[in-house]
Amino acid sequence: MLSVGLDWGEASRTLAWLWLALLASGIYHGVNPGMGWPLAVSAGLLERSPRALFGALGALSAGHLLATFLVLLPFALLLTLAEWQRPIQLAASLLVIGFGAYRLVDRRHPRALARIPPSQLALWSFAVAIAHGAALMLLPIYLGLCQAADLDASHRAAGALVSTNLAMAVLVSLAHVVAMVVAGGCLAWLVYRYLGLKFVSRSWLNLDAVWAISLILVGAIALVFNLTN
Amino acid sequence: MTMRPDPTFHASPKLAMEAPPENFAYTLLLSPDFSKPDALAVIDAKPGSPTYSQIVHTVTMPNKGDEFHHFGWNACSSALSPLAGHAFIERRYLIIPGLRSSRIYIVDTKPDPTKAKIHKIIEPEEVFKKTGYSRPHTIHCGPDGVYVSTLGGGGKDGTSGPPGVFIMDCETFEVLGRWEIDRGPQTLHYDFWWNLPRDYMVTSEWALPPQFENGIVPEDLLSNKYGHRLHFWDLRARRNVQTIDLGANHQMALEVRPAHDPVREYGFVGVVVDTTNLEASIWTWWREGGKFHAEKTATIPPEPAAKEKLPPLLQGFGAVPPLVTDIDLSMDDRFLYVSCWGTGEMRQYDVRDPRKPKLAGSVHTGGIVRRAPHPSGKAYAGGPQMVEISRDGKRVYWTNSLYSTWDDQFYPDGVPGVEVMANVGRNGGLELASDYFVSFPEGYRAHQIRLEGGDCSTDSFCYPSA
Repeated sequence: MLSVGLDWGEASRTLAWLWLALLASGIYHGVNPGMGWPLAVSAGLLERSPRALFGALGALSAGHLLATFLVLLPFALLLTLAEWQRPIQLAASLLVIGFGAYRLVDRRHPRALARIPPSQLALWSFAVAIAHGAALMLLPIYLGLCQAADLDASHRAAGALVSTNLAMAVLVSLAHVVAMVVAGGCLAWLVYRYLGLKFVSRSWLNLDAVWAISLILVGAIALVFNLTN
Repeated sequence: MTMRPDPTFHASPKLAMEAPPENFAYTLLLSPDFSKPDALAVIDAKPGSPTYSQIVHTVTMPNKGDEFHHFGWNACSSALSPLAGHAFIERRYLIIPGLRSSRIYIVDTKPDPTKAKIHKIIEPEEVFKKTGYSRPHTIHCGPDGVYVSTLGGGGKDGTSGPPGVFIMDCETFEVLGRWEIDRGPQTLHYDFWWNLPRDYMVTSEWALPPQFENGIVPEDLLSNKYGHRLHFWDLRARRNVQTIDLGANHQMALEVRPAHDPVREYGFVGVVVDTTNLEASIWTWWREGGKFHAEKTATIPPEPAAKEKLPPLLQGFGAVPPLVTDIDLSMDDRFLYVSCWGTGEMRQYDVRDPRKPKLAGSVHTGGIVRRAPHPSGKAYAGGPQMVEISRDGKRVYWTNSLYSTWDDQFYPDGVPGVEVMANVGRNGGLELASDYFVSFPEGYRAHQIRLEGGDCSTDSFCYPSA
């Protein structure tokens, strides 16, 4: 976000959009019941304490953060191969599109998820984020941000690039998860405190198809962007 | 796959109680001499309807000798489990196992209960092959599939290997396989239920097939060879973590009824007979300090009777045992209903203090000696048996047959199938509804009841009521 507002050149505008997309993805994941806010409501009600609600949100965030970072990590390392940047970005876009298409066709939830006990919310959140491609959805945004950051640095040493890209991966994961926990946390708190449990079943829409299409869309936008640039 | 969760799924027991009342009662019919195919009866339970308390539709099966007993839904409120994220299914299919045949029928109740029809039949061989179990019994809709308890293991008489629980897919109805990873000392099975967010399951014990299929075996009962233990399991780890022996004289620990509100970590189990004194008992189990505990919290005494009024099986005892063969807990965890099948009494206990049940109401229908008539004036043979409570707790339904061969031993004059209902007073108390009396076709007996939209022994919840 450093350059936003300083220079409204083409690159900065792209950068601003990428950060906005990142925050939007966090909000999107946060309000999606499948990513866990109802678990925070359930924890708060079962323990009869708001502290349990926030504790659950913390565990859910930790799992999601780790999943996001682990998916971005190999790409942070790969990007050091500066001359391969373009193929890597194209491959990443196709990967995201492919995973979205797979989710669209096969809507079944992995049965292994049902074996995770309710006491291990961080593990649950991690597994869900990986299994549903939540972390993958950020990949094109992340690669775009790295590219923007490295535009004037393509001649830099590989070591410096790695640390820039790793720092960016941490920043992207953190920003995404903060947006997610704020959105999901607000919703959980509203339901816990004001709206009541009826909201859980009323608000729960089947997002499976929308989710899969989101993945395809994010991948496709990145693909078009890379091909035209 | 639907876009919204089924409107009959409720996050908490309180929301389930506030939902519209049931319009239909599904009831299983069995042909005790296997001369006719078993059936599912759909009964009009809507007050004021011209066909109220009558059978409005029957689904007759294509086979004979299945012996229907218990059944359940493919999906219920447990689908709202925040861990499962799989709420987009319908409460639509009834899963009906044949206890004697091990065949499982899937009946589709949409678009209308009065047009219910067979959707799929799972042949016994598939159950045997994929699970090694036989004699499927209790059905519970779990967040990740349909759980089925069995009473038999492998082999012709079901005694090669212990019985257990298996899982079915709740949409394709494919038998997925055994549930247990470590069964510990468990070798007998009957009922099971759970507390989903607290992550435990409780199972009970009846007997192995040779001990029930041809009738009760008096020698086995008097030598305390029927089940008398409770098993507590880590639900997700699928491990037996604790076994509590209620004492060998407490023969046949049957229905397990956990509190519906998941914040309450206790429940009940009924024991059919104490072989030292013919008493029936209610036990309360609870979890405290990471351990499970159980204690006897209510007893029901036998009723003395003249020898000539008793069936041969009981003549030596000169008394009628109460024979508590089903219990059911209201959705608000306030009243526990207890079927005394021998003495012909339906008891209502106030269990707000779960370890001190207080008798709050009682009505009589039938009974081995008492033979209490129904207020409609119609004959009621057998005693109160399978009991089901409406979600709002205002109506209690029950049927009169226990199990084909056992009926014949305790009620040798026959048990023509009937279903009755009692209204519950605002502060407890029971009164039989004289206008609700369902009689079934000649030659059929009636067993478990399931209410449209869920009832008090179907749905399990992941959020507390408060």
